[in-house]
Amino acid sequence: MKKLILGLVGVVAFTLAAGPQAEAQQPKRGGNFNFAISAETPHYDCHASDTYATLHFSSPFHSTLLRYNLSKFPDVEGDLAKSWTISPDKLTYTFTLHEGVKFHNGETFTSADIKATYDRLRSPPQGVVSTRRATFADIESIETPNPTTVVFKLKAVNSSMMDHFASPWNCVYSAKDLAADPTSPRTKINGTGPFTFVEHVKGSHVSGKRNENYFKKGLPYLDSYRGIFTLQAAAMLNALQGGQVLAEFRGVSPAERDRMVAAMGDKLRVEESSWTLNLLVLFNTEKPPFNDIRVRRALLMAIDRWGGSQGLSKISTLRAVGGVVRPGSPLATPEAELVKLPGFSKNIKQAREEARKLLKEAGHENLKFVLWNRNLAMPYTPAGVFLVDQWRQIGVEVEHKQSDTAPYIAAMQSGNFEVAIDFSNLFNDDPTLSMTKFISASKNPLNLSRANDAEIDKLYELQLREGDIQKRKQYIQALEKRLFEQAYQQPILWWHRIVLSHRTVMGWKMSPSHNLGADLAEVWLNQ
Amino acid sequence: MLTYTLKRLLLTIPTLIGVAVLVFFMLRIVPGDIVEVKLRGDGGNVTQEVVDAERKRLGLDRPLLVQFGDYMWGLARGDLGISMWTERPVIEEILIRLELSLEVAILATIFATLISIPLGTAAALFRNTWIDYVVRIVTIGGLSIPSFWFGMIIIVSLLTLFNWLPPITFTPIYVDPVANLSQLIWPALAVGYRYCAVTARMIRSSLLEVLAEDYIRTARAKGVYEKLVVSRHALRNALLPAITVMGLEFAFLIGGLVVTEQVFNLNGIGQLFVQSVSRNDFMLIQGMVIMIAGFYVIINLVVDLLYAVFDPRIRYGN
Repeated sequence: MKKLILGLVGVVAFTLAAGPQAEAQQPKRGGNFNFAISAETPHYDCHASDTYATLHFSSPFHSTLLRYNLSKFPDVEGDLAKSWTISPDKLTYTFTLHEGVKFHNGETFTSADIKATYDRLRSPPQGVVSTRRATFADIESIETPNPTTVVFKLKAVNSSMMDHFASPWNCVYSAKDLAADPTSPRTKINGTGPFTFVEHVKGSHVSGKRNENYFKKGLPYLDSYRGIFTLQAAAMLNALQGGQVLAEFRGVSPAERDRMVAAMGDKLRVEESSWTLNLLVLFNTEKPPFNDIRVRRALLMAIDRWGGSQGLSKISTLRAVGGVVRPGSPLATPEAELVKLPGFSKNIKQAREEARKLLKEAGHENLKFVLWNRNLAMPYTPAGVFLVDQWRQIGVEVEHKQSDTAPYIAAMQSGNFEVAIDFSNLFNDDPTLSMTKFISASKNPLNLSRANDAEIDKLYELQLREGDIQKRKQYIQALEKRLFEQAYQQPILWWHRIVLSHRTVMGWKMSPSHNLGADLAEVWLNQ
Repeated sequence: MLTYTLKRLLLTIPTLIGVAVLVFFMLRIVPGDIVEVKLRGDGGNVTQEVVDAERKRLGLDRPLLVQFGDYMWGLARGDLGISMWTERPVIEEILIRLELSLEVAILATIFATLISIPLGTAAALFRNTWIDYVVRIVTIGGLSIPSFWFGMIIIVSLLTLFNWLPPITFTPIYVDPVANLSQLIWPALAVGYRYCAVTARMIRSSLLEVLAEDYIRTARAKGVYEKLVVSRHALRNALLPAITVMGLEFAFLIGGLVVTEQVFNLNGIGQLFVQSVSRNDFMLIQGMVIMIAGFYVIINLVVDLLYAVFDPRIRYGN
């Protein structure tokens, strides 16, 4: 054990020390890079997807208008956009595009392709799915005054617009392809990305080779790559240890990291970051006794997040305590403020006494209920077990029911549950997307707590339309306070991302989201 | 024999129709919606409008009987439909994986046959000697150790001893036999051990029974060489129950290697089955159940026909 810990410390220390120096080395061109993808995309259409499986598959083939600068996350930088301006009223976004960009089929990329792409995203034609339709509802018009300029006009100020433009799922497709068949991106790949498509063997792998006409000169460094689907973590780790894959970019658990460190020593690079994912506990506010705020609040107050974080972070991907925005990110509520909110007190003894009183007042001292959870080992199972134990300590008896994704979602959508563990899968720190879950259920069926709260709706809209960052932060914190006081739903803990790769893999950048940085353009092999 | 075979083949049609009807309606009772899993399973904030549009696009908004009618009509034309997850033909999804699963099953069968027949025979002929005890220990081990665990032991051993792992992507045998075998020989070994143990024990007990029969005593009394008694008179009869077991095991291996496939990262039918169940991909599940039922029916037929080869007294059609 001691050897393992020393090894781990050594490897992490080595990573931190050697990282920048290693990155400063002159990149080498060539080589084939095998990496693991732990899920397989059902189709190739980024616009119809919300899963990293599509991004880890499709990103190397496509470009986006903007993207995140992973060295300075969450700053945004241009991808196909060379530069941009935003009008003083924040209603007009003008982008100047790179010239000489070619699609893989040889066609020249122009502003018409951006327009066709965003028209498809905001107003998908018959037979096309766009999961980001609501995201771009504020776009009034898209104009293309010349082949290298595109102008977006908004109906109203949207403080999240730049983040929406930088979404990795906004793959730019050819206007000609979309005109011929708007559904073609589901099954065909024709992008402007650093790699061209070679093959997709269902259930096995996807492969690509260098796009010799890529518009970013000198990139990509790799000759080719192969993304191998390894659906089981154990198989992926074995493949990593055996050198059949050199990296996996979603993330592993602390136990898996420790196993690999012990097995591979300094051949392994370990990179860690906070993660833009969290698990939430939510109550079905339509089901008694969870229609009683005292019961909901008591259950939130009984959770020792600060203590739980220490234990759970050793065995699971759960770690940071935070509110509705990723802890440590610019819009997050500082810890000093967070501890004042129900469910975040550091004095857990006192909080649990209050919780017992609330349950007694509500007439539910011997409360029993079923906690619904997904049947996924990491980190859903430890989170569920943790909650059951926390509630046991105030005399509440909980049955932990874990089910497959399909029946779980069916129960959530139909309201056939009492208490559940939900999750937020985000790609950035902008809270608009994550807070959509909290808008009144009458306006948004995605609010699984089924609560209706006009105050939350008002604060959501205010933060969305506010151009001033400080004022926006105040609205977000007010919304968070309201949400936690009413105890409809609340993050349990935020995830911690651990990425493993062989030391020979260079140029890949760690970020708080596994949905970002998957295009492999700057990855090279130090062999 | 030909008439019998044709009759049996024709009987597969109502069997498969029964399976199709049963599976179609049973799957509709299971809670869950593939569209929800597809669009919201990874935390997607998609609107209900998008979910409804996708359901309509996939034809899931139509009355159940209309969907059933469409499905059965497709089946009658040999069309298993389209996977609702990947939107590719079900037959295409299955065929990609079938080659691998079939090859593992065949390799495991070869391994099991080559080992189990001499092992089971030796155990029976040298009953209650050290040979019998060794065979019994080895076979009990095969029955007790789960195949996936044995697979994990194989992988860990290969990694630890040779710092080597079998390839994790499939190469067809006609493209590169070495790469193909170096990947599939290990899972075949892992599942073949259990297969071999079941068959060897069956051969041992069956052979012991046959060796006590009157006609064996008669053959010995007539002065027939012991080798001939065993190989011509005893073993052929003793193999009949073993063939049944081997047939069932082979059919099981086509779709039943769920965990072993996961351990070796094999892109086989078992893994596809689990994925399609977890996603509620009804069309794909139906297609696979029908395919596996078809395999069972055909393998049973082959086993019945093999009976006639091993036992000349059995004559079908008379």
